[in-house]
Amino acid sequence: MDNLRLTAEEERLLGGQDGDGVALAMRVIVSLARLGGAPRLVEITSAHVDSCLYHGQVSLDFAHTLAGLGAKVRVPTTLNVGSMDLLHPGLVRTTTDAEREIAVRGRELMAAYVDLGCTPTWTCAPYQLPGRPGVGEHVAWAESNAVVFANSVLGARTDRYGDFVDICAAITGRAPYSGLQTTEARRGTVVVDCRRLGERFLRSELAYPLLGHHVGSLAGGQIPVLVGIPGDVSEDNLKAFGAAAASAGGVALFHAVGVTPEAPTGSLDHLPRYDVDLETLRATRRRLSTSASGELDAVSVGTPHASYAECERLAGLLRDGPPVRLAFYLSTGRATRARAEETGVLRTLESAGVTVVVDTCTYVTSILSPAWTNVMTNSGKWAHYAPGNLNVDVVLGSLEECVASAREGRVVLHELGA
Amino acid sequence: MIHARTLHPGTASGETVRLTAPLSFWGGTDEHGRIVDAHHPQCGAILAGRVLVMESGRGSSSASSVLAEQIRTHTAPAAIILARPDTIIALGALVAHELYGLATPVVVVDHPTYDELPSDRRLRVEATALDASISW
Repeated sequence: MDNLRLTAEEERLLGGQDGDGVALAMRVIVSLARLGGAPRLVEITSAHVDSCLYHGQVSLDFAHTLAGLGAKVRVPTTLNVGSMDLLHPGLVRTTTDAEREIAVRGRELMAAYVDLGCTPTWTCAPYQLPGRPGVGEHVAWAESNAVVFANSVLGARTDRYGDFVDICAAITGRAPYSGLQTTEARRGTVVVDCRRLGERFLRSELAYPLLGHHVGSLAGGQIPVLVGIPGDVSEDNLKAFGAAAASAGGVALFHAVGVTPEAPTGSLDHLPRYDVDLETLRATRRRLSTSASGELDAVSVGTPHASYAECERLAGLLRDGPPVRLAFYLSTGRATRARAEETGVLRTLESAGVTVVVDTCTYVTSILSPAWTNVMTNSGKWAHYAPGNLNVDVVLGSLEECVASAREGRVVLHELGA
Repeated sequence: MIHARTLHPGTASGETVRLTAPLSFWGGTDEHGRIVDAHHPQCGAILAGRVLVMESGRGSSSASSVLAEQIRTHTAPAAIILARPDTIIALGALVAHELYGLATPVVVVDHPTYDELPSDRRLRVEATALDASISW
């Protein structure tokens, strides 16, 4: 029943040779390995930790217990978003008791993860930072959009790790050799033919969050193989696709023929096949857009965190023309913000009325006014989660449509593919 | 009595609450152990102190944290019976056990035996590292 074999070194870590903190982390990794039927563990080269977002006292107790028992990460470890914007703490609301608890303890939790030796990157897009893993490298990443990007676009290998497991992998330097760590589990299982969408539409930004949401809903738990994606598609578009597919259907790996490193090169005839056309994606946009009134209170872009190129593009759209009349949020990593500050892009954004949020995201903590009921976004992931998390109705549009709507003070959309 | 497989050891008994759709603890339950997912067929049901019977969990890995927090505050199910292994749920139980010494049994019963579990009686779950059983 139990196939797991540990090396002599792993047995020593489990036995407490490197301290009780490492032994605790090892118990978590070994339990996960047994649950997943892994034959062994695999050494990892980096970790990305999502446990730094506050979910209650247990979040703090776990980090403090590990630290109190002397644990430290043993591989380079980046941190996902926390509950606070540490550079602009005033952006996070502290009106209610629950909000005050999250502000105080969320900040404490973020500090605890830095004390464990993690790098305070505070971004859900660690693949935008230098030193990202390469093809075939075993890593332990958490946060669904980072997982799908690492597996699909970088060709690195990570299973879907979540709370508690991510930091334990970082502390032990190991993950179970199971799931998407193994070669066999990484083959495509379903073909999604996008050619009917046409090359021009497939070069538009909006194609990707819509396609991602559709494919996630269609192929939840499977490994889609996309056919027809232009060879020069941007990483930002692949990011938007993966994030939407992961939130809608738990997709942790996709292949795009001629684009991603592990995409199949031979015949795909043996796999089930779906075609996507514009009408399908128009319906997807209608389904994701819960607001139909045309009224709008705010705009939120940058989920997952905006890349520098996306900041630059938004600045370009805002540089000339009328000012925005609505609250306009852009979430990004602090490293990207620093670069935008150096180049003047940040000044352009802020003087046009954009509030730049770092270290966190507008859908995981209290930033938007509770009085707002209609919010526009260019993110399939934000559109998926915000109605439940923030109790708002959403409209999904391109970045251009978001800017036009913010200037008009009401929803401005164009027919998809027109 | 039915034999089961242990995902996390412990002993508990309670009234049964049987779900007809998978549930995510994150976003799907509140701090009182009540189902608040408006799309869930058993929305409004209380899980706290009961033996939760459902095919599997669903969605976000943050569910591990939410379950562990509910175990800490005694608003979690007394035991969880699944039809498919779910590592997110098992990890929540493991961490609560490590931190607080509270053992919430999590076991798996395969189909078709899963369908034979009664929904209208108190169930008792006894799970060790090696073996598990459910009786009523």
